[in-house]
Amino acid sequence: MNELKEKTVLAMPLSPESRIRGQAVRRARRVAEMLIVTLLGTSTGITLLVTVAIISVLGVETVQFFRQEEVTVQEFFLSLQWNPLLGGDKHFGIWPLLTGTLLISVIGLVVAVPTGLITAIFLSEYAHPRIRAVLKPTLELLAGIPTVVYGFFALAFITPLLKWFHEGFNSYNALSAGIAVGILIIPIVSSIAEDAMRAVPNALREGVYGLGGTRFDAAVKVVFPAALSGIVASVLLAMARAVGETMVVALAAGSTPRMAYDPRLETQTMTGFMVQMAMGDVSNFGVEYYSLYAVAATLFVITFSLTVLGAWVRHRYQEKYE
Amino acid sequence: MNEHSGQLLHPLLADPARLQARLRPVAGRHRRERLFYLLCLGVAGSSVLVLVLLFGTITWMGLFTLSWQFLTAPPSPSAAESGMYPAIMGSVWVVVLAMLAALPLGTASAILLEEYRPRSAWTRKIQQAIELNITNLAGVPSVVYGILGLTVFVYMYPLFDGSGKPVLEWGVQYYDQFYNEADAVLLVPVTSLDAPPVAPVSGMQAYDAENHPITLQVIGPDDPWPENPEQARNVLRSTDMGGRISQKTWHYFCLPFGRGVLAGALTLALVILPTIIIAAREALRSVPDSLREGSFALGATWWQTIRRVTLPAALPGIMTGAILALSRAIGEAAPLLMISGIVFLSNPPRHLMDDFTVMPLQIFNWAQRPQEDFHLLAASGIIVLLIMLLAFNSIALFIRQRYQKPPS
Repeated sequence: MNELKEKTVLAMPLSPESRIRGQAVRRARRVAEMLIVTLLGTSTGITLLVTVAIISVLGVETVQFFRQEEVTVQEFFLSLQWNPLLGGDKHFGIWPLLTGTLLISVIGLVVAVPTGLITAIFLSEYAHPRIRAVLKPTLELLAGIPTVVYGFFALAFITPLLKWFHEGFNSYNALSAGIAVGILIIPIVSSIAEDAMRAVPNALREGVYGLGGTRFDAAVKVVFPAALSGIVASVLLAMARAVGETMVVALAAGSTPRMAYDPRLETQTMTGFMVQMAMGDVSNFGVEYYSLYAVAATLFVITFSLTVLGAWVRHRYQEKYE
Repeated sequence: MNEHSGQLLHPLLADPARLQARLRPVAGRHRRERLFYLLCLGVAGSSVLVLVLLFGTITWMGLFTLSWQFLTAPPSPSAAESGMYPAIMGSVWVVVLAMLAALPLGTASAILLEEYRPRSAWTRKIQQAIELNITNLAGVPSVVYGILGLTVFVYMYPLFDGSGKPVLEWGVQYYDQFYNEADAVLLVPVTSLDAPPVAPVSGMQAYDAENHPITLQVIGPDDPWPENPEQARNVLRSTDMGGRISQKTWHYFCLPFGRGVLAGALTLALVILPTIIIAAREALRSVPDSLREGSFALGATWWQTIRRVTLPAALPGIMTGAILALSRAIGEAAPLLMISGIVFLSNPPRHLMDDFTVMPLQIFNWAQRPQEDFHLLAASGIIVLLIMLLAFNSIALFIRQRYQKPPS
């Protein structure tokens, strides 16, 4: 009896009342979903806002910097002296900081690019799974170690070692900081380059073997050129990272800005200068304070261009396989 | 050579010495192969060597100064008595707050980018722009985020005057603090930090050292001091001068944020936001479409599918990414250096606006001093930091291993 009743209830056409209720529920649901999409969109919008904030803060304050009496645009881009903290004789030429940054980044790249690329070739083409099982975590560990630790390592290990080899090294020197920065960016080079090489299809390697080539021929003459876009991108991204690296240079490179060509001497980078400013009690709204923003803006423009260039190279020159 | 090989084959086989000579290029190639392999092995091994040297140096320097006292004491001018308790607590405050800010934001962005299918051409354009933007944000040096945080959170520059002094405050009471001749502490409440100094008047409401309300009794500069010590506790001379102090509750809040915990945490949240978004997107992408389609087929809406199906399936991946972001955050020094500077603190933070320092900054502070003793302390600090990182990474690894297989 009961069963029959239920069946009839189910079979009964929906009353106009419940149909309206169903519509209301659906409408409420649609409104709720729109609300959720709006909420998600807002949080995504924050990421755009961050970029806008970075550009506008740096832009506005850099304009303020150039409005100061002591500064001219020509001096900033052409002068070879940077000493914003000296009382009477202030100079605001970006070149000493730029060359310092460049010197340390180049040393870092000289260390990291050969090491990182050979490691990438090894991991992608040669390594036995058991070696890989050691090497991969090692590189991940190297990538995960805080940069201040590398700074300390440069100061406590690399610098004494350099001094032991050659007496001309200062306690703070560009080479030590550069080597530490190099170690720091090895994992960036190796992981991106390895991904690029692994993406090269096996058919290419087999073609080399079929022609009588060795693994070396496959790796160096075929896979490496095929993955070149990814490799160039990895170097550019590593360079961006080296240019923006802060704690290592703050600890190991010293704080004397100079036109730096001698890696044995103290050097100051753009990031090193920013740290120096953050540690001292510099009055707000002085010309020194605004110089912080001008340096940050220069740094941002350089790293931003490198990142964009890296992404562009990766997409534009990527070899496409079926 | 190759074109002749067919003809040369027989004479070569007949003459083993010439055969050897002909094979040399092949042997040379094998030698080159071998050498290159050894080169690779050597270079790759050197990164293992560097890691061993790094850990070795730090352990050798820092292990002997590591002690319970090091973990529980505040830093001190004497290396032997120094510890990093305020820095450890500062790290906990800043990193937890940064994760609270960045994790929901990052996951929400990842959901929108990964699950929302744009319907029109220009929403697709916006989505692509946002993706490109996140890639770029990931490449911005962290010290630049520090500058951003300094301007936007510490000074809130366009809104306030840029001095970083609190303008709007909640949860704080200012007092003028008097010491009378009986050495009792008397606190007279004032309205703000900049209020004019209190001239004590009889009958004024005040508080004693234990915060009990009392009524002031004021006598002239030459009047005799009351005999009764009970009574004398509430007495001030009319010429007494107070010093301005403040009592801040745990929920003290002010605008602009100043160089406090909250400003540091929000800055750090911006630093790790791209990492979290990228990891969460990858986790969401690895959820097979069949799950979503099944859910839709059962009549679930877009959000119901995400909330009940996609998000739970992607959760291990999101958590792994979050922990990796956390370990990035805990080692990050440069942006926080821009926010807090190098400060000497003997207390951990007590409220969101309190001064703070974090472990990497304390290590930096010790490492840059000339005295060797402090370098040893820095090494000890690094050991503590690395152990924490190792713990986090093990948890991430555990989650990855435990939930690696996506449900399908």
